[in-house]
Amino acid sequence: MREQILSAIDKNSKLTAKDIAAMLGSTEEEVTAIIKELEEETIICGYPTLINWDKTESEKVTALIEVKVTPQRGEGFDKIAERIYKFDEVESVYLMSGGFDLTVMIEGKSMKEVANFVSSKLAPMEAVLSTATHFVLKKYKEHGLPLVNEKTDERMLITP
Amino acid sequence: MRNPLSKTIVEIQPSGIRKFFDIVSEMKDAISLGVGEPDFDTPWHIREEGIYSLEKGRTFYTSNAGLKDLKIEICRYLERKHNLKYDYNHEVIVTIGGSEAIDISLRAMLDPGDEVLVPQPSYVSYMPCVTLAGGTPVIIKLKVEDQFKLTKEDLLASITDKTKVLILPFPNNPTGAIMEYDELAQIAKIVVEKDLYVISDEIYSELTYGRKHVSIAELPGMKERTILINGFSKAYAMTGWRLGYAAGPKTIIEQMIKIHQFAIMCAPTTSQYAAVEALKNGDPDVEMMREAYDQRRKFLINAFKEMGLDCFEPFGAFYVFPSIKRLGMTSDEFATKLLQEEKVAVVPGTAFGDCGEGFLRISYAYSIENLKIALERIERFVKKYSKK
Repeated sequence: MREQILSAIDKNSKLTAKDIAAMLGSTEEEVTAIIKELEEETIICGYPTLINWDKTESEKVTALIEVKVTPQRGEGFDKIAERIYKFDEVESVYLMSGGFDLTVMIEGKSMKEVANFVSSKLAPMEAVLSTATHFVLKKYKEHGLPLVNEKTDERMLITP
Repeated sequence: MRNPLSKTIVEIQPSGIRKFFDIVSEMKDAISLGVGEPDFDTPWHIREEGIYSLEKGRTFYTSNAGLKDLKIEICRYLERKHNLKYDYNHEVIVTIGGSEAIDISLRAMLDPGDEVLVPQPSYVSYMPCVTLAGGTPVIIKLKVEDQFKLTKEDLLASITDKTKVLILPFPNNPTGAIMEYDELAQIAKIVVEKDLYVISDEIYSELTYGRKHVSIAELPGMKERTILINGFSKAYAMTGWRLGYAAGPKTIIEQMIKIHQFAIMCAPTTSQYAAVEALKNGDPDVEMMREAYDQRRKFLINAFKEMGLDCFEPFGAFYVFPSIKRLGMTSDEFATKLLQEEKVAVVPGTAFGDCGEGFLRISYAYSIENLKIALERIERFVKKYSKK
């Protein structure tokens, strides 16, 4: 049931406990209790909204930064990752296999702001060996949902 | 001038759905729950395979009965799902949707005067196809008390010495009813005793919920009496690709290929290449869609229960078939008023046979958000007319 609830709300966090209960053949009380459990176990970590900021007036710039770091004794990568993700500008941080260590996604108001963050906050960190900053030009799909062209129902209204 | 038309054709009634479609298409901004096809797009890897086949220039006819690779995959599928072994070379034909398979299987088997048993409510094309093939359709009225399953009593009561073929439309459009092993066993026994053949339309076979679909061909003595019809439209959301197939005894398939060869040539080549990919790697997509349909199914049944509309629990296809009898309206009246007053389109049960009177077909090939809006409107409508 936990898995089923999670996959039901994965793409649509607006579903109410009542809806989910109806969809899964359960009761509202049971669903509410399980969701509470999942929140407490931080399996559900939040309910953000997927916004296509490009369509709004507000200016936003997203950058993906490849970061090479020196892992610290006894701490590995976790400590340095934490020092990075605590900055508010940082959207996400992933530990990577391959040519570099951390992927850091930054969101800022302008390229200048992002550049500033990299040069004054990120690059000077002792453990950081190098950074390579890539700016995002256009977002097509996020969280499994396409951000471009709204699809309309092209089916005929009534078919046998 | 002479009358250019064939009497047989002129006498065939146009589908009741058509009539309703004309009313609906006049309406702007109506929400429809009237569609008999999946809301999902064909999974991308299947579409991509179709595109690739075009890039490769695979734009020629295939052999009449279908691409060899596809026929082999179909046989593997039938063995995997139903433990049925067919010879791809002689016992399978790839058709233009399940629809063509229904048509040519009837034409291959019927002579004038032969009677064909058509359980109703059911898909709109069985009756006209029987007539076009020169046969005489005999309706078996399925009942809500039997969860719209075919019972042995109803079957026995309809058999005459002219009866040759039984059409078995399960999982059923429009009722969502399915037939389970024991129920099929009773039917199979009579079919063998009375020396009948079965055309088993299993186009919704992948869409059953909590119960596995059983083909009547799996039952002892039935494979040699059954034309099993299936296709890609519902399971893989491929309605527009127009691709289906039939599997059955060599003697019948041979004759079907003959009709197909003269009338059609072969099924669309691009669709056939895409279908190979669907059968090879499409199981996870089917699973995902089935899960989504099941959630919506439960959601709808629950909503109708709260509204106080009787609705038996359907275990197949993507329709629910609630009863509106307590509102004292005919299906046609209900559907027309609902459309005019609340702008929600549903299909009157009578479009699928007279015994669909008092019922509505409601499709859940729509997102939950869509269903929620439509259900609010239906609820308001039902409340309004319950008071009187």
